[in-house]
Amino acid sequence: MKRKLQSTTSKLLPAAAILALLAIWELVSDTGLVPKYMLPSPVDVCSAFVKDFPLLWENSWVTLAETFIGLALGIVIGFLMAMIMDFFTPVKKALYPIVVITQTIPAVAIAPLLVLWFGYEMVPKVILVVFIVFFPITVSLLDGFESTDKDTINLMRSMGAGKIQIFRYVKFPAALGNFFSSLKIAVSYAVVGAVISEWLGGFMGLGVYMTRVKKSYAFDRMFAVIFLISGLSLLLMLAVKLIQKRCMPWENR
Amino acid sequence: MNELEIKNVCFSYTGEEYVINNINLSLGEGELVSILGVSGCGKSTLFNVVSGLRKPQKGKIILDGEDITGKSGKISYMLQKDLLLPYRTIEDNVALPLILSGTKKKKARLAVQDGMKKFGLDGTQKKYPCELSGGMRQRAALLRTYMFSGKAALLDEPFSALDTLTKSEMHSWYLGVMDEIKLSTLFITHDIDEAILLSDRICLMTGKPATLSEEIVINEPRPRSRDFTLTPEFLAYKKQILSKL
Repeated sequence: MKRKLQSTTSKLLPAAAILALLAIWELVSDTGLVPKYMLPSPVDVCSAFVKDFPLLWENSWVTLAETFIGLALGIVIGFLMAMIMDFFTPVKKALYPIVVITQTIPAVAIAPLLVLWFGYEMVPKVILVVFIVFFPITVSLLDGFESTDKDTINLMRSMGAGKIQIFRYVKFPAALGNFFSSLKIAVSYAVVGAVISEWLGGFMGLGVYMTRVKKSYAFDRMFAVIFLISGLSLLLMLAVKLIQKRCMPWENR
Repeated sequence: MNELEIKNVCFSYTGEEYVINNINLSLGEGELVSILGVSGCGKSTLFNVVSGLRKPQKGKIILDGEDITGKSGKISYMLQKDLLLPYRTIEDNVALPLILSGTKKKKARLAVQDGMKKFGLDGTQKKYPCELSGGMRQRAALLRTYMFSGKAALLDEPFSALDTLTKSEMHSWYLGVMDEIKLSTLFITHDIDEAILLSDRICLMTGKPATLSEEIVINEPRPRSRDFTLTPEFLAYKKQILSKL
């Protein structure tokens, strides 16, 4: 009973904080403390969202498609890299520094290059998302593979397990927890990555739409897009959480 | 016939000084032989060699007439840590050795049910290791070892991580089950009482490099009960061992 009460308060608190923040914002905007054309009130943003919904909807699909394709490829590449590096130590020694270096290159800086190389269609966006996603996936999986208990691996060997069997039955499931926490980060990065690369050139997508409404100084519509993007990221993170629960039933006991 | 034979085994990690020197031991069918010695004396090293994880510089390990020196996957062991995989249910953990050797999952699950009953694990099939008590987890780990090699097993201080009450409960349980499964067991321990209670023979491991210096036969018929620990014979064995360690 007490526990249930605690969990309701723990859900109520953040909701109350968000509502309070929105209320303050509404007040600041309505009283004219900050002029309306610079900071539209939450109500204005909502009405802009409703009015623009068909356009937003259309553009969301493009952004989401880029995000999903990029995510899928990023996960596959990250997984394969982590697996190869785990199986062959020399490969890990050779590639790991390069993997780290790729992450010191700011995504915003290579996005225009990608546009120049691959044009204005989907390809450069997907590549940028892959570039952003594969790193956390690779590193977290590799960490997970390496953190498996040496005694467990020895025991598996004593039962005649080969390298691939040890990977399948011990290392891979052991790394799942790591994988999902990095995936949660990766999905939100992926959406942002897709939007950033759309800013720099494209025909459709939330990023393209954003640059358009920016040019017309339509602040309320800008905010509507921002809300939508963060909403989409949140939904994706939630989806990851649900998938994790399905894939790791032992965690819920 | 001897199930497991250890012949003149010497092993060194560095290639210079031997950790264990000239170990000779044979283990008959259904027999339980304990190796008793202080912590760090080389008991676990001997286990690594017998299980094939390490190759001895000299000597041979023979299981059922077959030379298995340096070959892993022939004889399994169990440690004080249960090492059950947290993401597999108990029955899938126990069935793992069968699955590793190529049995289909469904068949493997069926094959372990009989053992689950014998080991008092019925009803835990679909549970995960974290839902079981320490004693039950050790039972599952032992059953997994048994499923792997129904003939001989190495137990490395299997009950030493348990609290005293659970440990004595496990001893009673083990005394009951050991005659039923007829597993030839090499048992490592530093607990003298445990060794006397469970073993047919006790080998003392002493010295540096470690050798098996003494063998003590426990002439108490099986099945034994826990009351054995309260008899004068038990105390006599204990005195004898203490004087030689």
